[in-house]
Amino acid sequence: MSKDYTYVITRKEKLAESIYLMDIKAPRVAAHCYPGQFVILKIDEKGERIPLTICDYDRDNGIVTIVFQALGHSTKLMAEYEVGEAFRDFTGPLGKKSELIDMPREELSKKKVLFVAGGVGAAPVYPQVKWMKENGYEPDCIIGARSKDFVILEDQIRQYANNLYITTDDGSYGMKGNVNDAIRHLVQEKGKHYDIVVAIGPMIMMKFVSLLTKELNIKTIVSMNPIMVDGTGMCGACRLTVGNEIKFACVDGPEFDGHLVNFDEAMKRLSMYKTKEGKKILREKEGETHHHKDCQIHKE
Amino acid sequence: MDKLKRVPIKEQDPSVRVNNFDEVCLGYTLDEAKEEASRCIQCKNPRCVEGCPVSINIPGFINEIVKGDIEEAFNVISKYSALPAICGRVCPQETQCEERCIRGIKGEAVAIGKLERFVADWARENNIAPKPPKEKNGIKVAVIGSGPAGLTCAKDLAELGYDVTVFEALHEPGGVLVYGIPEFRLPKEEVVKPEIENLRALGVKIETNVIIGKSVTIDELMEEEGFEAVFIGSGAGLPNFMGIPGENANGVFSANEYLTRSNLMKAFDSNYDTPIITGKKVAVVGGGNVAMDAARTALRLGADVTIVYRRSEKELPARVEEVHHAKEEGIHFMFLTNPKEILVDENGWVKGMRCVKMELGEEDQSGRRRPVEVENSDFIIEVDTVIMSLGTRPNPLISSTTHGLETNRRGCIIVDEETGQTSREGVFAGGDAVTGSATVIQAMGAGKKAAKAIHEYLLAKKR
Ligand SMILES: Cc1cc2nc3c(=O)[nH]c(=O)nc-3n(C[C@H](O)[C@H](O)[C@H](O)COP(=O)(O)OP(=O)(O)OC[C@H]3O[C@@H](n4cnc5c(N)ncnc54)[C@H](O)[C@@H]3O)c2cc1C
Ligand SMILES: Cc1cc2nc3c(=O)[nH]c(=O)nc-3n(C[C@H](O)[C@H](O)[C@H](O)COP(=O)(O)OP(=O)(O)OC[C@H]3O[C@@H](n4cnc5c(N)ncnc54)[C@H](O)[C@@H]3O)c2cc1C
Ligand code: SF4
Ligand code: SF4
Ligand code: FES
Ligand SMILES: [Mg+2]
Repeated sequence: MSKDYTYVITRKEKLAESIYLMDIKAPRVAAHCYPGQFVILKIDEKGERIPLTICDYDRDNGIVTIVFQALGHSTKLMAEYEVGEAFRDFTGPLGKKSELIDMPREELSKKKVLFVAGGVGAAPVYPQVKWMKENGYEPDCIIGARSKDFVILEDQIRQYANNLYITTDDGSYGMKGNVNDAIRHLVQEKGKHYDIVVAIGPMIMMKFVSLLTKELNIKTIVSMNPIMVDGTGMCGACRLTVGNEIKFACVDGPEFDGHLVNFDEAMKRLSMYKTKEGKKILREKEGETHHHKDCQIHKE
Repeated sequence: MDKLKRVPIKEQDPSVRVNNFDEVCLGYTLDEAKEEASRCIQCKNPRCVEGCPVSINIPGFINEIVKGDIEEAFNVISKYSALPAICGRVCPQETQCEERCIRGIKGEAVAIGKLERFVADWARENNIAPKPPKEKNGIKVAVIGSGPAGLTCAKDLAELGYDVTVFEALHEPGGVLVYGIPEFRLPKEEVVKPEIENLRALGVKIETNVIIGKSVTIDELMEEEGFEAVFIGSGAGLPNFMGIPGENANGVFSANEYLTRSNLMKAFDSNYDTPIITGKKVAVVGGGNVAMDAARTALRLGADVTIVYRRSEKELPARVEEVHHAKEEGIHFMFLTNPKEILVDENGWVKGMRCVKMELGEEDQSGRRRPVEVENSDFIIEVDTVIMSLGTRPNPLISSTTHGLETNRRGCIIVDEETGQTSREGVFAGGDAVTGSATVIQAMGAGKKAAKAIHEYLLAKKR
């Protein structure tokens, strides 16, 4: 079945427990994408539209790299695919390119940029760090993870980052603590100066980084990952409150000013299908026998 | 037989159909179609044709039905329309062809739409498809968007021998026909897909997952990929919201999201992976076809549904047939009511909606009486899901990435009405992207006009 599909997997690597990297043959996307943008992947006929950030691209060979965490039904199914197999749909690039890329060179060259990557957030951070280095800037980067085993893309980012700092929650690698501890350490103890922080990771992390950088008075860009359907501005599922405005993350973002995003609302919206997703997993385990109109789960 | 009355058409019983997504209207049998066709008096100056935006030779095809030559009836329709099985189902016939039918003066108009649908269904069931052109001219034309405007333009150009590629942003071609209009009004597998397959049979290429303005620009298509003309039929897909408090709560959706989940992603079918929130008590805000579709979808997913509309029943913009079906199925209507705030519980979910009563004041530009709030008339309705169906706007993706393409204040592409020519040489446009939300057949009419204009433009260019 998957052989008839267009978007062939040309490389697959396991980066950490349940975190995978894949190269996908998608020439139109590869030809036009920039750091900061994302794609939507659909596994097969019955699949969901899954938004994933572009982690790298090879324009000459028409390849786009994605990194994903096998979390729920769709991403776990993706993880079962192997090199040579293919996905039905892969579209993009979606969203705007990173704000840094469109910033006038003269302006950006005066800015000291710190990237803060949490968990799989290292994937979207990587192409931005790479782009900056290749364009003559010297960004610093913090990677935060639960433990040593979950630090991904370290070597790749180290190649391009001026300084790379690693923190783990359990102290198994790098500094013990979370990314905010690292930011405080760099700014308050080491006296480092940053003009821009780019924070990408779980929403809760981006929220707390933004609170801290507000206190430290550092401009902060975050990359929002709300629930999406089409990714082209057609449904409004991805809407967020930014300042006093409603923004569609898929077309107005995914990057926004972290000091203006209403994270609490965004996190509530992200949990909207929790019960539904739970239901899907139950169905997989128990088959359709579970499907009963009076079932409590169905009523929720 | 009473010639003043239509031959009745079979429909699924309302009490049965509220539990499924199967088509409501079951269509005519051959005998019924012949009988209904015999009501047409074959006017010398058929007024019905003037009411059809693509000027189908209506008495012509009806006459073939009377004779029992359905294949020939299909050939007649195919000269004018690429999507008869679709138009026969979703055209607002009562305000177009059928409104002008001479039979309608004393009795009921001839059921032109239902007959058109019968012919198209018969042709499909008997594997009759339009034939590919004998000679191809090899000239490349790009069509952006695979809604009715794009599909029609592509069909006409392919028949003229052009090498046509349709670019579609989504993973499935069809535009609103697949993502918006529900299965129970327009079956996808049985009706929409075959009509799109017919296009492929004509040699039209369809590239899905290509977002013009993102995956590639119009300038690149013309300068690097060798397309000599472009037709933009990108629709008007951007949803509006009201801007009231609580609108970002969990359980508030645009009709587009709700319908896309159900139709395009098939969330109503538990074999598909996309989830949908069904809700127990659903309010749908708005009164157009889209609102009816969202309401009837929510109903089928098991909810108790109320349509909240700020004017009175008389002003409902939805088709009469849709309102009638919605009522039969048990949808409640709350007229002269406008939401002011969505009430949210501590977990961020909708728990109610505060509304005000409205009354109708002076007429506005559209000739409809403007609704005004009745003071101190606030009241709360208990709902757990709200679907906003407040109209849509064109997507700025294409206009903002194409050099020299002019749009108006509302973001609609500006064109010459007769040709669809935009401000950019070689680029034409039509359908909702130009007019804002309109109808399937108007979009098709625009696609047709543009195909003709593109042909003339390319002939002149080659000379
Ligand atoms: C712009 C953007 C970029 C993203 N980039 C990456 C990436 O590079 N790597 C990565 O691993 N993940 C990324 N995500 C998140 C990824 O899309 C979700 O993890 C995935 O859709 C979950 O699907 P599932 O069926 O496996 O899990 P589910 O069980 O369906 O969901 C798990 C959780 O993920 C969230 N989620 C579910 N569906 C969606 C959806 N359609 N859009 C967004 N979030 C959803 C919800 O919080 C849900 O509770 C990105 C999301 C967005 C919007
Ligand atoms: C729920 C609903 C019910 C309706 N019911 C009726 C009805 O009963 N009768 C009736 O006559 N009309 C109805 N309409 C209106 C009718 O469907 C539209 O007027 C008609 O579909 C417009 O056709 P179009 O070809 O201009 O655009 P669309 O059908 O909107 O198609 C546009 C296509 O272009 C694609 N696209 C957009 N941007 C890009 C891009 N940048 N690159 C590539 N592709 C792109 C879109 O994904 C879409 O597939 C309804 C509309 C809705 C939403
Ligand atoms: S296309 Fe629509 S308007 Fe024209 S004849 Fe058919 S139903 Fe009537
Ligand atoms: S106006 Fe009515 S009766 Fe006359 S040709 Fe048309 S369909 Fe037939
Ligand atoms: S995902 Fe539909 S509008 Fe953003
Ligand atoms: Mg999922």
